[in-house]
Amino acid sequence: MRDIVTQAEPAIHLGHVSKVFGKAGTAYRAVDGLDLDVRPGQMLALLGKTGCGKSTIFNMIAGLTEPSSGTVRVSGRDPFRDFDSFRGKMAIVFQSDRLLPWRTAIQNVELGLEMLEVPATERRAAAQTWLTKLGLGGHENDYPHALSGGMRQRVSIARAFATNANTLLCDEPFSALDESTAGKLRAEFVRLVKENGKTAVFITHSISEALEIGDRIVVLKRPAKIAYDVSFDADTGREERELIRSRIGEVLAV
Amino acid sequence: MSDAARQIVTSPDNKLFAAAKRLGTSVLPFVAVILVWQFASLFFPRFLFPSLIDVFWRCIEIFSSGAMFGDVVATILRILAGLAGAFIVGGALALLMVRSRAVDNFLSPILTLFQGIPALSWVVFAIIWFHGVEFRIFFIMVMTTLPAFTFQVLGALRAMSKDLMEMVFSFRPTRTKLFRVMIAPAILPDILTAWKVNLGNASRVVVVAELVGATGGVGYQLLQQQQLFDMAGALAWTLQLVFFVLIVQGALTLIENVAFRYRAVSERAI
Repeated sequence: MRDIVTQAEPAIHLGHVSKVFGKAGTAYRAVDGLDLDVRPGQMLALLGKTGCGKSTIFNMIAGLTEPSSGTVRVSGRDPFRDFDSFRGKMAIVFQSDRLLPWRTAIQNVELGLEMLEVPATERRAAAQTWLTKLGLGGHENDYPHALSGGMRQRVSIARAFATNANTLLCDEPFSALDESTAGKLRAEFVRLVKENGKTAVFITHSISEALEIGDRIVVLKRPAKIAYDVSFDADTGREERELIRSRIGEVLAV
Repeated sequence: MSDAARQIVTSPDNKLFAAAKRLGTSVLPFVAVILVWQFASLFFPRFLFPSLIDVFWRCIEIFSSGAMFGDVVATILRILAGLAGAFIVGGALALLMVRSRAVDNFLSPILTLFQGIPALSWVVFAIIWFHGVEFRIFFIMVMTTLPAFTFQVLGALRAMSKDLMEMVFSFRPTRTKLFRVMIAPAILPDILTAWKVNLGNASRVVVVAELVGATGGVGYQLLQQQQLFDMAGALAWTLQLVFFVLIVQGALTLIENVAFRYRAVSERAI
Protein backbone atom coordinates (compact mmCIF):
# COMPACT_ATOMS: atom_id res chain seq x y z
CA MET A 1 0.00 0.00 0.00
CA ARG A 2 1.52 3.36 -1.00
CA ASP A 3 1.22 6.66 0.75
CA ILE A 4 3.15 8.86 -1.64
CA VAL A 5 1.48 9.69 -4.92
CA THR A 6 3.72 10.92 -7.70
CA GLN A 7 2.66 13.75 -9.98
CA ALA A 8 2.42 11.30 -12.88
CA GLU A 9 -0.08 9.17 -11.05
CA PRO A 10 -3.72 10.27 -11.29
CA ALA A 11 -5.36 11.47 -8.08
CA ILE A 12 -8.48 9.54 -9.10
CA HIS A 13 -8.46 6.57 -11.45
CA LEU A 14 -11.43 4.63 -12.75
CA GLY A 15 -10.39 1.65 -14.87
CA HIS A 16 -13.13 0.00 -16.91
CA VAL A 17 -15.60 0.43 -14.06
CA SER A 18 -19.11 -1.00 -14.26
CA LYS A 19 -21.89 -0.97 -11.73
CA VAL A 20 -24.97 -3.14 -11.98
CA PHE A 21 -27.87 -2.84 -9.55
CA GLY A 22 -30.44 -5.55 -8.89
CA LYS A 23 -30.44 -9.26 -9.63
CA ALA A 24 -30.24 -11.17 -12.92
CA GLY A 25 -33.37 -10.56 -14.95
CA THR A 26 -34.11 -7.17 -13.40
CA ALA A 27 -30.50 -5.93 -13.42
CA TYR A 28 -29.89 -2.26 -14.21
CA ARG A 29 -26.48 -1.19 -15.53
CA ALA A 30 -25.82 2.29 -14.13
CA VAL A 31 -22.16 2.52 -15.20
CA ASP A 32 -20.73 0.63 -18.17
CA GLY A 33 -16.96 0.20 -18.60
CA LEU A 34 -16.00 3.73 -17.59
CA ASP A 35 -12.35 4.80 -17.90
CA LEU A 36 -11.49 8.12 -16.27
CA ASP A 37 -8.36 9.66 -14.76
CA VAL A 38 -8.29 12.91 -12.79
CA ARG A 39 -4.88 14.44 -12.23
CA PRO A 40 -3.90 16.04 -8.90
CA GLY A 41 -5.15 19.62 -8.55
CA GLN A 42 -7.68 19.24 -11.35
CA MET A 43 -11.25 20.44 -11.01
CA LEU A 44 -13.37 18.00 -12.93
CA ALA A 45 -17.01 18.76 -13.64
CA LEU A 46 -19.01 15.60 -14.31
CA LEU A 47 -21.98 16.61 -16.40
CA GLY A 48 -24.97 14.58 -17.47
CA LYS A 49 -28.72 14.27 -17.49
CA THR A 50 -30.60 12.95 -14.47
CA GLY A 51 -30.20 9.17 -14.15
CA CYS A 52 -27.02 8.93 -16.24
CA GLY A 53 -25.04 7.43 -13.35
CA LYS A 54 -23.27 10.55 -12.02
CA SER A 55 -24.19 9.85 -8.41
CA THR A 56 -23.19 6.18 -8.74
CA ILE A 57 -19.74 7.26 -9.94
CA PHE A 58 -19.62 9.77 -7.10
CA ASN A 59 -20.49 7.11 -4.53
CA MET A 60 -17.87 4.73 -5.93
CA ILE A 61 -15.16 7.41 -5.74
CA ALA A 62 -16.34 8.25 -2.21
CA GLY A 63 -16.07 4.56 -1.23
CA LEU A 64 -19.75 4.37 -0.33
CA THR A 65 -20.55 1.93 -3.19
CA GLU A 66 -18.47 -0.97 -4.52
CA PRO A 67 -18.08 -1.29 -8.30
CA SER A 68 -19.42 -4.52 -9.84
CA SER A 69 -16.26 -4.75 -11.95
CA GLY A 70 -13.20 -2.66 -12.77
CA THR A 71 -10.93 -0.68 -10.48
CA VAL A 72 -11.45 2.57 -8.59
CA ARG A 73 -8.38 4.19 -7.05
CA VAL A 74 -8.08 7.45 -5.15
CA SER A 75 -4.47 8.43 -4.36
CA GLY A 76 -3.55 4.91 -5.39
CA ARG A 77 -5.94 3.16 -2.99
CA ASP A 78 -9.28 1.45 -3.26
CA PRO A 79 -11.73 3.81 -1.50
CA PHE A 80 -14.25 1.02 -0.78
CA ARG A 81 -11.89 -1.71 0.51
CA ASP A 82 -9.41 0.65 2.20
CA PHE A 83 -12.31 2.74 3.53
CA ASP A 84 -10.72 3.76 6.83
CA SER A 85 -7.40 4.73 5.24
CA PHE A 86 -9.15 7.75 3.69
CA ARG A 87 -9.93 9.29 7.07
CA GLY A 88 -9.16 13.00 6.65
CA LYS A 89 -8.05 12.55 3.02
CA MET A 90 -11.41 12.92 1.31
CA ALA A 91 -14.22 15.37 1.98
CA ILE A 92 -17.68 15.56 0.48
CA VAL A 93 -20.14 18.38 -0.12
CA PHE A 94 -23.56 16.88 -0.70
CA GLN A 95 -26.55 18.17 -2.67
CA SER A 96 -28.35 19.00 0.57
CA ASP A 97 -26.36 20.45 3.46
CA ARG A 98 -26.69 17.31 5.63
CA LEU A 99 -25.88 19.19 8.82
CA LEU A 100 -26.46 17.33 12.07
CA PRO A 101 -29.47 19.18 13.54
CA TRP A 102 -28.33 18.61 17.13
CA ARG A 103 -25.02 20.39 16.52
CA THR A 104 -24.38 24.11 16.20
CA ALA A 105 -22.75 25.50 13.05
CA ILE A 106 -19.26 25.37 14.56
CA GLN A 107 -19.80 21.87 15.99
CA ASN A 108 -20.86 20.70 12.51
CA VAL A 109 -17.67 22.15 11.00
CA GLU A 110 -15.64 20.38 13.69
CA LEU A 111 -17.12 16.98 12.80
CA GLY A 112 -14.38 15.80 10.42
CA LEU A 113 -11.66 17.09 12.74
CA GLU A 114 -13.16 15.08 15.59
CA MET A 115 -12.75 11.94 13.48
CA LEU A 116 -9.09 12.88 13.05
CA GLU A 117 -8.65 13.19 16.84
CA VAL A 118 -7.60 16.86 16.51
CA PRO A 119 -7.42 18.42 20.03
CA ALA A 120 -10.54 20.40 20.99
CA THR A 121 -8.93 23.88 21.05
CA GLU A 122 -7.19 23.30 17.73
CA ARG A 123 -10.30 22.05 15.97
CA ARG A 124 -12.41 24.88 17.41
CA ALA A 125 -9.89 27.39 16.01
CA ALA A 126 -9.84 25.69 12.60
CA ALA A 127 -13.64 25.55 12.46
CA GLN A 128 -13.85 29.21 13.44
CA THR A 129 -11.38 30.16 10.69
CA TRP A 130 -13.40 28.35 8.01
CA LEU A 131 -16.71 29.76 9.19
CA THR A 132 -15.23 33.26 9.07
CA LYS A 133 -13.77 32.64 5.58
CA LEU A 134 -17.22 31.65 4.40
CA GLY A 135 -18.85 34.75 5.92
CA LEU A 136 -20.51 33.03 8.85
CA GLY A 137 -18.75 34.85 11.68
CA GLY A 138 -21.31 35.49 14.41
CA HIS A 139 -23.35 32.39 13.54
CA GLU A 140 -21.04 29.84 15.19
CA ASN A 141 -23.52 28.90 17.90
CA ASP A 142 -26.63 28.88 15.73
CA TYR A 143 -28.36 25.56 15.19
CA PRO A 144 -29.02 24.57 11.54
CA HIS A 145 -32.75 25.33 11.81
CA ALA A 146 -31.88 28.96 12.54
CA LEU A 147 -29.80 29.35 9.36
CA SER A 148 -30.96 30.01 5.80
CA GLY A 149 -30.42 27.41 3.05
CA GLY A 150 -27.41 29.32 1.70
CA MET A 151 -25.85 29.66 5.15
CA ARG A 152 -26.35 25.95 5.86
CA GLN A 153 -24.64 25.04 2.59
CA ARG A 154 -21.75 27.37 3.54
CA VAL A 155 -21.42 25.46 6.81
CA SER A 156 -21.26 22.18 4.89
CA ILE A 157 -18.56 23.63 2.60
CA ALA A 158 -16.63 24.82 5.69
CA ARG A 159 -17.02 21.29 7.14
CA ALA A 160 -15.51 19.79 3.97
CA PHE A 161 -12.59 22.24 3.81
CA ALA A 162 -11.80 22.13 7.55
CA THR A 163 -10.29 18.62 7.36
CA ASN A 164 -7.80 19.86 4.74
CA ALA A 165 -8.51 16.75 2.66
CA ASN A 166 -6.66 16.34 -0.66
CA THR A 167 -9.76 15.28 -2.56
CA LEU A 168 -13.07 17.09 -2.59
CA LEU A 169 -16.20 15.46 -3.96
CA CYS A 170 -19.21 17.66 -4.59
CA ASP A 171 -22.63 16.35 -5.58
CA GLU A 172 -24.62 19.27 -7.04
CA PRO A 173 -24.04 21.28 -3.86
CA PHE A 174 -25.67 24.47 -5.11
CA SER A 175 -28.65 23.03 -6.97
CA ALA A 176 -31.09 23.67 -4.12
CA LEU A 177 -30.16 27.36 -3.80
CA ASP A 178 -31.43 30.40 -5.64
CA GLU A 179 -29.26 31.48 -8.56
CA SER A 180 -27.85 34.57 -6.84
CA THR A 181 -26.74 32.68 -3.71
CA ALA A 182 -25.52 29.74 -5.80
CA GLY A 183 -23.45 32.08 -8.00
CA LYS A 184 -21.72 33.68 -5.01
CA LEU A 185 -21.04 30.33 -3.36
CA ARG A 186 -19.73 28.85 -6.62
CA ALA A 187 -17.23 31.68 -6.98
CA GLU A 188 -16.12 31.29 -3.35
CA PHE A 189 -15.86 27.55 -3.80
CA VAL A 190 -13.67 27.78 -6.92
CA ARG A 191 -11.41 30.32 -5.19
CA LEU A 192 -10.99 28.11 -2.11
CA VAL A 193 -10.29 24.97 -4.16
CA LYS A 194 -7.66 26.78 -6.25
CA GLU A 195 -6.08 28.50 -3.23
CA ASN A 196 -5.80 25.22 -1.35
CA GLY A 197 -4.65 23.13 -4.32
CA LYS A 198 -7.37 20.49 -3.99
CA THR A 199 -8.40 17.86 -6.49
CA ALA A 200 -12.14 18.23 -6.94
CA VAL A 201 -14.85 16.25 -8.67
CA PHE A 202 -17.96 18.33 -9.09
CA ILE A 203 -21.19 16.72 -10.23
CA THR A 204 -23.70 18.91 -11.97
CA HIS A 205 -26.42 18.85 -14.59
CA SER A 206 -25.95 22.53 -15.46
CA ILE A 207 -23.69 23.38 -18.43
CA SER A 208 -23.13 26.93 -17.11
CA GLU A 209 -22.11 25.64 -13.70
CA ALA A 210 -19.73 23.11 -15.24
CA LEU A 211 -18.09 25.84 -17.33
CA GLU A 212 -17.78 28.12 -14.30
CA ILE A 213 -16.40 25.50 -11.92
CA GLY A 214 -14.31 23.02 -13.87
CA ASP A 215 -11.04 23.19 -15.73
CA ARG A 216 -12.16 19.97 -17.31
CA ILE A 217 -15.66 18.83 -18.21
CA VAL A 218 -16.66 15.23 -18.79
CA VAL A 219 -20.11 14.70 -20.26
CA LEU A 220 -21.70 11.36 -19.47
CA LYS A 221 -24.30 9.43 -21.40
CA ARG A 222 -26.56 6.75 -19.96
CA PRO A 223 -25.36 4.21 -18.78
CA ALA A 224 -22.44 6.30 -17.55
CA LYS A 225 -19.95 6.38 -20.42
CA ILE A 226 -17.86 9.33 -21.51
CA ALA A 227 -19.52 11.11 -24.44
CA TYR A 228 -17.36 14.24 -24.41
CA ASP A 229 -14.21 15.21 -22.53
CA VAL A 230 -12.80 18.72 -22.72
CA SER A 231 -10.15 20.63 -20.75
CA PHE A 232 -9.72 24.39 -20.62
CA ASP A 233 -8.25 27.05 -18.35
CA ALA A 234 -8.64 30.67 -17.28
CA ASP A 235 -7.09 31.82 -20.57
CA THR A 236 -9.75 30.08 -22.64
CA GLY A 237 -11.57 32.85 -24.47
CA ARG A 238 -15.26 33.58 -24.47
CA GLU A 239 -15.77 32.37 -28.02
CA GLU A 240 -14.04 29.09 -27.31
CA ARG A 241 -16.15 28.61 -24.18
CA GLU A 242 -19.28 29.22 -26.23
CA LEU A 243 -18.13 26.55 -28.67
CA ILE A 244 -17.63 24.14 -25.79
CA ARG A 245 -21.08 25.04 -24.44
CA SER A 246 -22.77 24.38 -27.78
CA ARG A 247 -20.83 21.13 -28.26
CA ILE A 248 -21.95 19.94 -24.78
CA GLY A 249 -25.50 20.92 -25.68
CA GLU A 250 -25.32 18.84 -28.86
CA VAL A 251 -23.90 15.81 -27.00
CA LEU A 252 -26.59 16.00 -24.33
CA ALA A 253 -29.34 16.40 -26.92
CA VAL A 254 -28.45 13.12 -28.68
CA MET B 1 -43.45 40.79 14.57
CA SER B 2 -43.22 44.51 15.36
CA ASP B 3 -40.98 45.79 18.21
CA ALA B 4 -44.06 46.81 20.21
CA ALA B 5 -45.66 43.41 19.82
CA ARG B 6 -42.40 41.69 20.76
CA GLN B 7 -42.16 43.86 23.89
CA ILE B 8 -45.68 42.84 24.94
CA VAL B 9 -44.88 39.15 24.53
CA THR B 10 -41.52 39.27 26.31
CA SER B 11 -42.27 41.75 29.13
CA PRO B 12 -41.70 40.25 32.65
CA ASP B 13 -45.34 40.76 33.70
CA ASN B 14 -46.64 38.87 30.70
CA LYS B 15 -44.08 36.10 31.18
CA LEU B 16 -45.21 35.77 34.80
CA PHE B 17 -48.84 35.69 33.73
CA ALA B 18 -48.10 33.05 31.08
CA ALA B 19 -46.21 30.92 33.64
CA ALA B 20 -49.04 31.24 36.17
CA LYS B 21 -51.55 30.28 33.47
CA ARG B 22 -49.50 27.21 32.51
CA LEU B 23 -49.21 26.19 36.17
CA GLY B 24 -52.93 26.75 36.73
CA THR B 25 -53.84 24.67 33.68
CA SER B 26 -51.67 21.76 34.80
CA VAL B 27 -52.82 21.89 38.46
CA LEU B 28 -56.54 22.38 37.77
CA PRO B 29 -57.35 18.71 36.89
CA PHE B 30 -55.69 17.52 40.14
CA VAL B 31 -57.59 20.10 42.19
CA ALA B 32 -60.86 18.96 40.58
CA VAL B 33 -60.19 15.27 41.47
CA ILE B 34 -59.25 16.23 45.05
CA LEU B 35 -62.42 18.30 45.50
CA VAL B 36 -64.68 15.55 44.12
CA TRP B 37 -63.05 12.96 46.40
CA GLN B 38 -63.24 15.20 49.48
CA PHE B 39 -66.88 15.97 48.70
CA ALA B 40 -67.63 12.22 48.39
CA SER B 41 -65.90 11.56 51.74
CA LEU B 42 -68.60 13.69 53.42
CA PHE B 43 -71.35 11.29 52.33
CA PHE B 44 -69.72 7.83 52.17
CA PRO B 45 -68.25 5.62 54.94
CA ARG B 46 -64.54 6.03 55.72
CA PHE B 47 -63.60 2.62 54.28
CA LEU B 48 -64.99 3.67 50.90
CA PHE B 49 -63.98 7.33 50.59
CA PRO B 50 -61.68 8.41 53.45
CA SER B 51 -61.00 12.10 53.96
CA LEU B 52 -57.93 13.28 52.05
CA ILE B 53 -56.68 14.79 55.30
CA ASP B 54 -56.40 11.22 56.66
CA VAL B 55 -54.61 10.19 53.47
CA PHE B 56 -52.24 13.14 53.84
CA TRP B 57 -51.26 12.09 57.39
CA ARG B 58 -50.79 8.52 56.25
CA CYS B 59 -48.42 9.81 53.55
CA ILE B 60 -46.48 11.79 56.18
CA GLU B 61 -46.32 8.62 58.30
CA ILE B 62 -44.82 6.68 55.36
CA PHE B 63 -42.26 9.42 54.67
CA SER B 64 -41.22 9.69 58.32
CA SER B 65 -41.03 5.98 59.13
CA GLY B 66 -37.73 4.42 58.09
CA ALA B 67 -39.23 0.96 57.61
CA MET B 68 -42.19 2.16 55.55
CA PHE B 69 -40.12 4.54 53.43
CA GLY B 70 -37.74 1.62 52.91
CA ASP B 71 -40.62 -0.23 51.23
CA VAL B 72 -41.12 2.72 48.86
CA VAL B 73 -37.40 2.84 48.06
CA ALA B 74 -37.34 -0.95 47.49
CA THR B 75 -40.17 -0.65 44.95
CA ILE B 76 -38.49 2.29 43.20
CA LEU B 77 -35.22 0.35 42.94
CA ARG B 78 -37.09 -2.66 41.55
CA ILE B 79 -38.73 -0.48 38.89
CA LEU B 80 -35.45 1.20 37.92
CA ALA B 81 -33.51 -2.10 37.89
CA GLY B 82 -36.20 -3.77 35.77
CA LEU B 83 -36.32 -0.88 33.31
CA ALA B 84 -32.54 -0.66 33.10
CA GLY B 85 -32.31 -4.42 32.50
CA ALA B 86 -35.00 -4.35 29.83
CA PHE B 87 -33.42 -1.30 28.18
CA ILE B 88 -29.95 -2.84 28.03
CA VAL B 89 -31.19 -6.21 26.73
CA GLY B 90 -33.75 -4.55 24.42
CA GLY B 91 -31.16 -2.12 23.04
CA ALA B 92 -28.73 -4.98 22.34
CA LEU B 93 -31.47 -7.05 20.65
CA ALA B 94 -32.52 -4.03 18.56
CA LEU B 95 -28.92 -3.50 17.41
CA LEU B 96 -28.68 -7.17 16.39
CA MET B 97 -32.04 -6.97 14.61
CA VAL B 98 -31.13 -3.84 12.67
CA ARG B 99 -27.82 -5.39 11.58
CA SER B 100 -29.23 -8.76 10.50
CA ARG B 101 -32.47 -9.51 8.71
CA ALA B 102 -32.23 -13.16 9.85
CA VAL B 103 -32.04 -12.12 13.52
CA ASP B 104 -34.94 -9.71 12.96
CA ASN B 105 -37.05 -12.44 11.32
CA PHE B 106 -36.26 -14.78 14.22
CA LEU B 107 -36.75 -12.38 17.15
CA SER B 108 -39.68 -10.24 15.99
CA PRO B 109 -42.32 -13.02 16.30
CA ILE B 110 -40.93 -14.06 19.71
CA LEU B 111 -41.10 -10.50 21.05
CA THR B 112 -44.59 -10.07 19.62
CA LEU B 113 -45.59 -13.30 21.40
CA PHE B 114 -44.13 -11.93 24.67
CA GLN B 115 -46.17 -8.76 24.22
CA GLY B 116 -49.35 -10.83 24.28
CA ILE B 117 -48.52 -12.53 27.60
CA PRO B 118 -50.26 -10.77 30.53
CA ALA B 119 -48.10 -9.45 33.38
CA LEU B 120 -49.90 -11.75 35.82
CA SER B 121 -48.85 -14.80 33.76
CA TRP B 122 -45.20 -13.73 34.03
CA VAL B 123 -45.74 -13.45 37.81
CA VAL B 124 -47.00 -17.04 37.93
CA PHE B 125 -44.15 -18.28 35.70
CA ALA B 126 -41.59 -16.48 37.86
CA ILE B 127 -42.97 -17.99 41.08
CA ILE B 128 -42.85 -21.49 39.56
CA TRP B 129 -39.43 -21.10 37.94
CA PHE B 130 -37.39 -19.10 40.47
CA HIS B 131 -36.80 -19.04 44.22
CA GLY B 132 -35.29 -15.61 44.99
CA VAL B 133 -37.90 -12.87 45.50
CA GLU B 134 -35.76 -10.09 44.01
CA PHE B 135 -34.81 -12.13 40.96
CA ARG B 136 -38.46 -13.06 40.41
CA ILE B 137 -39.48 -9.39 40.40
CA PHE B 138 -36.54 -8.40 38.18
CA PHE B 139 -37.47 -11.16 35.73
CA ILE B 140 -41.12 -10.06 35.64
CA MET B 141 -40.16 -6.41 35.11
CA VAL B 142 -37.73 -7.25 32.31
CA MET B 143 -40.06 -9.63 30.50
CA THR B 144 -43.02 -7.23 30.58
CA THR B 145 -41.10 -4.17 29.32
CA LEU B 146 -38.54 -5.87 27.04
CA PRO B 147 -40.66 -6.08 23.84
CA ALA B 148 -41.66 -2.41 24.01
CA PHE B 149 -38.08 -1.25 24.61
CA THR B 150 -36.75 -3.46 21.81
CA PHE B 151 -39.32 -2.34 19.25
CA GLN B 152 -38.94 1.32 20.23
CA VAL B 153 -35.13 1.27 19.94
CA LEU B 154 -35.41 -0.75 16.72
CA GLY B 155 -37.83 1.80 15.28
CA ALA B 156 -35.49 4.65 16.26
CA LEU B 157 -32.49 2.94 14.66
CA ARG B 158 -34.44 2.30 11.46
CA ALA B 159 -35.73 5.85 11.32
CA MET B 160 -32.24 7.36 11.36
CA SER B 161 -31.59 9.55 8.34
CA LYS B 162 -29.69 7.62 5.63
CA ASP B 163 -28.38 10.93 4.28
CA LEU B 164 -26.90 11.98 7.62
CA MET B 165 -25.48 8.52 8.15
CA GLU B 166 -23.74 8.65 4.75
CA MET B 167 -22.41 12.10 5.55
CA VAL B 168 -20.88 10.89 8.82
CA PHE B 169 -19.54 7.75 7.10
CA SER B 170 -17.80 9.94 4.52
CA PHE B 171 -15.48 11.09 7.34
CA ARG B 172 -14.63 7.44 8.11
CA PRO B 173 -15.56 7.39 11.80
CA THR B 174 -14.58 4.63 14.19
CA ARG B 175 -17.51 2.61 15.58
CA THR B 176 -17.32 4.49 18.89
CA LYS B 177 -17.32 7.88 17.18
CA LEU B 178 -20.16 6.87 14.86
CA PHE B 179 -22.22 5.93 17.90
CA ARG B 180 -21.33 9.10 19.80
CA VAL B 181 -21.77 11.70 17.05
CA MET B 182 -24.60 10.12 15.06
CA ILE B 183 -26.46 7.14 16.48
CA ALA B 184 -26.86 8.24 20.12
CA PRO B 185 -28.15 11.78 19.39
CA ALA B 186 -30.41 10.51 16.60
CA ILE B 187 -32.16 7.87 18.72
CA LEU B 188 -32.17 9.76 22.03
CA PRO B 189 -35.65 11.34 21.52
CA ASP B 190 -37.21 7.91 20.95
CA ILE B 191 -35.30 6.41 23.88
CA LEU B 192 -36.60 9.08 26.25
CA THR B 193 -40.14 8.51 24.96
CA ALA B 194 -39.67 4.77 25.46
CA TRP B 195 -38.56 5.37 29.06
CA LYS B 196 -41.56 7.61 29.71
CA VAL B 197 -44.00 5.03 28.35
CA ASN B 198 -42.35 2.05 30.03
CA LEU B 199 -42.04 3.86 33.35
CA GLY B 200 -45.84 3.98 33.64
CA ASN B 201 -46.14 0.33 32.62
CA ALA B 202 -43.40 -0.75 35.02
CA SER B 203 -44.93 1.06 38.00
CA ARG B 204 -48.17 -0.88 37.41
CA VAL B 205 -46.46 -4.23 36.85
CA VAL B 206 -44.19 -3.95 39.91
CA VAL B 207 -47.24 -3.71 42.17
CA VAL B 208 -48.67 -6.92 40.69
CA ALA B 209 -45.30 -8.65 41.12
CA GLU B 210 -45.00 -7.49 44.74
CA LEU B 211 -48.62 -8.36 45.55
CA VAL B 212 -47.99 -12.00 44.77
CA GLY B 213 -44.35 -12.65 45.27
CA ALA B 214 -42.78 -10.19 47.74
CA THR B 215 -42.53 -9.61 51.47
CA GLY B 216 -41.95 -5.87 51.17
CA GLY B 217 -42.55 -2.94 48.85
CA VAL B 218 -45.55 -0.88 47.84
CA GLY B 219 -47.39 -3.88 46.36
CA TYR B 220 -46.95 -5.88 49.54
CA GLN B 221 -48.17 -2.93 51.63
CA LEU B 222 -51.22 -2.53 49.37
CA LEU B 223 -52.06 -6.18 50.04
CA GLN B 224 -51.87 -5.47 53.79
CA GLN B 225 -54.22 -2.46 53.42
CA GLN B 226 -56.68 -4.58 51.43
CA GLN B 227 -56.74 -7.20 54.21
CA LEU B 228 -57.32 -4.43 56.79
CA PHE B 229 -59.96 -2.76 54.58
CA ASP B 230 -57.95 0.46 55.04
CA MET B 231 -58.72 2.71 52.05
CA ALA B 232 -56.73 5.67 53.41
CA GLY B 233 -53.64 3.44 53.66
CA ALA B 234 -54.22 1.98 50.20
CA LEU B 235 -54.46 5.48 48.75
CA ALA B 236 -51.38 6.70 50.61
CA TRP B 237 -49.27 3.78 49.33
CA THR B 238 -50.63 4.23 45.79
CA LEU B 239 -49.69 7.91 45.93
CA GLN B 240 -46.07 6.98 46.67
CA LEU B 241 -45.84 5.35 43.24
CA VAL B 242 -47.71 8.21 41.60
CA PHE B 243 -45.27 10.74 43.12
CA PHE B 244 -42.34 8.65 41.89
CA VAL B 245 -43.70 8.46 38.35
CA LEU B 246 -44.43 12.21 38.31
CA ILE B 247 -40.94 13.07 39.58
CA VAL B 248 -39.18 10.82 37.05
CA GLN B 249 -41.44 12.03 34.21
CA GLY B 250 -40.58 15.61 35.22
CA ALA B 251 -36.87 14.78 35.23
CA LEU B 252 -37.16 13.18 31.77
CA THR B 253 -39.01 16.24 30.49
CA LEU B 254 -36.24 18.48 31.85
CA ILE B 255 -33.64 16.33 30.07
CA GLU B 256 -35.70 16.62 26.87
CA ASN B 257 -35.87 20.40 27.18
CA VAL B 258 -32.09 20.64 27.51
CA ALA B 259 -31.11 17.88 25.07
CA PHE B 260 -33.53 18.90 22.31
CA ARG B 261 -33.10 22.68 22.43
CA TYR B 262 -31.82 22.42 18.85
CA ARG B 263 -35.32 21.70 17.58
CA ALA B 264 -37.13 24.43 15.69
CA VAL B 265 -40.36 25.50 17.34
CA SER B 266 -43.21 26.60 15.12
CA GLU B 267 -45.22 29.59 16.30
CA ARG B 268 -48.33 27.75 15.17
CA ALA B 269 -49.03 24.79 17.40
CA ILE B 270 -50.39 21.49 16.03
